[in-house]
Amino acid sequence: MNSRKFLSILAIAGTLFVSCSDDDDNPAPVNPEELITTMTITLTAGTDVVTLRVFDEDGQDGPIAPVATVSGNLAANTTYNASIGLLNESVNPADDVREDDVEPEADEHQFFFEAAGGLNVVATYADTEADYPPLTGTNPVGLEFQLETGDASTGTFTVTLRHEPTKPNDGTLAGAGGDTDIAQAFPITIE
Amino acid sequence: MKRLTLTIVVLLSGTLISIAQECNKTLTGKVIDFHDGVPLKGATITYNNKTIVTDDAGNYSISSLCPTSYAFTISHKDCNSQVVTIDIEKVSAKTFYLEHHLNELQEVEVSGKTPSKTTSSQEETISENILEKYSSASLGDALREITGVSSLNTGSTIVKPIIQGLSGSRVLIMNNGVRMQDMEWGDEHAPNVDINSAGKVTVVKGAAALRYGGDAIGGVIVMEPNNAPAKDTLMGKTSVTGSSNGRGGAITSELIKGYESGWFVKGQGTFKRFGDVEAPDYVLSNTGISEIAASLAFGVNKFTHGWDAFYSYFDTEIGVLTASHIGNVDDLIVSINSNEPNVIRDFTYDIINPKQEVKHHLGRLRYFKRFEELGKLTVQYDFQLNQRLEFDIRQTAALREIPSLDLELTTHTFSSDFKFDSKSDITLDTGVLLRYQENFADPSTGVRRLIPDYDKYDAGAFIAGEYVINEDLVVDAGVRYDYSQINAKKFYLKTRWEERGYDQEFSDLIIGDFGTQYLTNPKFDYHSFSATTGLNYQFKDDYELRFNYALAQRAPNPAELFSDGLHHSAARIELGDLRIEQETSHKVSLSAQKNGERWGWEIAPYANFVNDYILLEPTNVELSIRGAFPVWEYRQTNVRLLGADAKLYTQLHSNWRTDHSFSIVKGIETENDTPLINLPAANLSNKVTFTKQDWLGLEMSLESQYVFRQNEFPPNIRVFSPQAGQDVLLEINTPPDAYHLLHANADIEVSAWNNSTMKIGATVSNILNKNYRNYLNRQRFFADEVGRNFILRLTFNY
Repeated sequence: MNSRKFLSILAIAGTLFVSCSDDDDNPAPVNPEELITTMTITLTAGTDVVTLRVFDEDGQDGPIAPVATVSGNLAANTTYNASIGLLNESVNPADDVREDDVEPEADEHQFFFEAAGGLNVVATYADTEADYPPLTGTNPVGLEFQLETGDASTGTFTVTLRHEPTKPNDGTLAGAGGDTDIAQAFPITIE
Repeated sequence: MKRLTLTIVVLLSGTLISIAQECNKTLTGKVIDFHDGVPLKGATITYNNKTIVTDDAGNYSISSLCPTSYAFTISHKDCNSQVVTIDIEKVSAKTFYLEHHLNELQEVEVSGKTPSKTTSSQEETISENILEKYSSASLGDALREITGVSSLNTGSTIVKPIIQGLSGSRVLIMNNGVRMQDMEWGDEHAPNVDINSAGKVTVVKGAAALRYGGDAIGGVIVMEPNNAPAKDTLMGKTSVTGSSNGRGGAITSELIKGYESGWFVKGQGTFKRFGDVEAPDYVLSNTGISEIAASLAFGVNKFTHGWDAFYSYFDTEIGVLTASHIGNVDDLIVSINSNEPNVIRDFTYDIINPKQEVKHHLGRLRYFKRFEELGKLTVQYDFQLNQRLEFDIRQTAALREIPSLDLELTTHTFSSDFKFDSKSDITLDTGVLLRYQENFADPSTGVRRLIPDYDKYDAGAFIAGEYVINEDLVVDAGVRYDYSQINAKKFYLKTRWEERGYDQEFSDLIIGDFGTQYLTNPKFDYHSFSATTGLNYQFKDDYELRFNYALAQRAPNPAELFSDGLHHSAARIELGDLRIEQETSHKVSLSAQKNGERWGWEIAPYANFVNDYILLEPTNVELSIRGAFPVWEYRQTNVRLLGADAKLYTQLHSNWRTDHSFSIVKGIETENDTPLINLPAANLSNKVTFTKQDWLGLEMSLESQYVFRQNEFPPNIRVFSPQAGQDVLLEINTPPDAYHLLHANADIEVSAWNNSTMKIGATVSNILNKNYRNYLNRQRFFADEVGRNFILRLTFNY
């Protein structure tokens, strides 16, 4: 805070003033690092494979709404093994967000599953933080889970990814807190 | 009035002993007021124990002088004496100029009466006494002392002043002669100024002060430092403040060294640190603040000319309430419906994400010269560098170390003005301004730029004058023209570009294609005209009437044009519009006041018609994989603001004083009669003060502050809630209830060692520890305002 500093700032200012006419260098685009454009949930029971997929072409900043698709109906009274894939497809090649971001910080992430509208399903976590070494925690993550269907019914199945939730928690969104990275409802029919 | 003393100076080169010379020379001439060229009657010229007095026409004649050098001391009532050495052998006629008005200026300062910034506009000044009470708070907090000034808050630490309903880019802040360029466009960007650097702050409520800028549709805040006196002196002040709420405080110190010759050096510094503040029922987690500010000035301040160099640095780190960081619209609905913040942690001094880190450098060089019988020329160059980092809660720990927003705003301004003040009835003030500004948005954030890179060029010129018709009546008028060009390089998501309809209108702006994004080069020119006229009428000793009309045009700011994307800490998508044009304000204001000894009042109604007013409002939600986000869009509409500020004081007993103030503003969109968003609610303040000079200058006050509910607000919106699976009402515009707060304050002054004094002050704010929320706090959806606070202040003047 002395005159020398002041003068040097003025000198820098002068330089900037001179260099401002340089209009040719264009700024570089920013491709958001945290972007998740695609979540694919693969439900497998023997040879029966059903995929739930949501694709948000332009991410959280863009006006286009995400498109959710369900490849088929689920069978009643069946246990599906489910695995969640996360991609950023706005860049080429696509980023594997699951492998690059979520697995290494599985202790700071958790999926939550909710059925509504009379849908007869129960989701059970099939992984813990220790499945993603070097993490050793015993809290569930939800990248892998089991979905057990009951009798024929229809309704929505909502999948939510939270980061920095309270861990351990009671398995509800309200109890977990944290920030929402993904929140998507899928229309499901069990037949 | 300072009585004139005759000074005799003898510093002649061997005159007394030169006996061989014939002493028959004469010196004749006039003594003239430097300022307006009026001959000075009764001025004295002293030399060698002799005194000559000028006649009615200012003439003098000195005879029997020896042909050698003499030192003459020329003096006149109200003037600084001047010593001039003249070689009589060579000179026989000399006109002396005296600086007639210097003492008048100083006199005004001494009597505590501040010269107005405008002749006819509504304005009010707060003095150092009041500013001292806010030593550990912010400028916006202190300004609420002024009737008609409220604030737009983000929590309790980010406080933006609102003048008669308008804020942001519509309010100019002049900091020691420099217009602040500190990204004032953002609602959560507080002015980057240290309140302790100001000796007084004046608020001009409207655009009448054209010399500062033509776009002050809301008004101008003029912060001025304490002037260094032109005498040999060393003055200082140190103030220490501690607060119970937030468990922190501030220390600020100022040192001024002045010399008779006009030289001065001045240094000032402030350090402020608070932890989490607390609402009555819970801790407001992550609301701490850390602030460092310092400034240095030096220069010469003479009557005829002077220069100074000034540098100030401001550095702040502000925590943003953790609970205000929400994921999506469902989280917002939950927050609005719940009475408590969703995150409450134990008190801590730590400031974590989300937070802001802002640095502001300001440098100024100024030179002025007075020309005899003409006026004063001022030339100034100033430089500002504003760096803003905003850190968010991001997906990974590594990302959290990287700011989500990283902007660097550099501004160079050259300005010059000439004030013709030699005529007693007409004063003219004219000036020009050139400004270059560059914004750089660092792409390494990994988040799309909310505000793009841009270059901005401004040029302006104004002329304003006032004419004194008679002692009681003064009229003023002025015009100003500003040219502004903004040249931006901005990326748009192709989907956004099309959704905005820009592909139809602005396809020629595209200069690059990056797959999912276009690089565009918007380049817009704005020509703004502003003008003002008014009158000031003083009558019956203590009555004053001010009437003013001001036309002002404001070019859109970068946020209004270019905002595009998710504002992380606010969980909202903000969308500017390339089509936005200037807004134009016509404001008529009237102020009638009586300033009597026993009582006084002021009533100040105004009407402000703003065409193409630019507002930001919630319109909808946009769905994404992360859920639904509220969309806030900029839009232009014609509005009408009607309001009044009123004040009353009584001093019926010498120990007891009461102050009462009330302000109200109503704003509607004229096309559909919809109430305007974010207008301050009516508020009423009543204060009783007891003073007893004998008891160590005791001053005690109790203040009641009642803020009405804002009953006029735009309709809420219905949005799709993914969680509910249907449209729900989002009560985003519903204001909170009215509230009533009590505050108390006491001050005493004791003398310390030597000539120094110490002021001891204590304040309790929100005595009743009331739970309340403020409509103009962006965090009103998430948490209550701060609760009771005990503040202790020690101020040493030495």
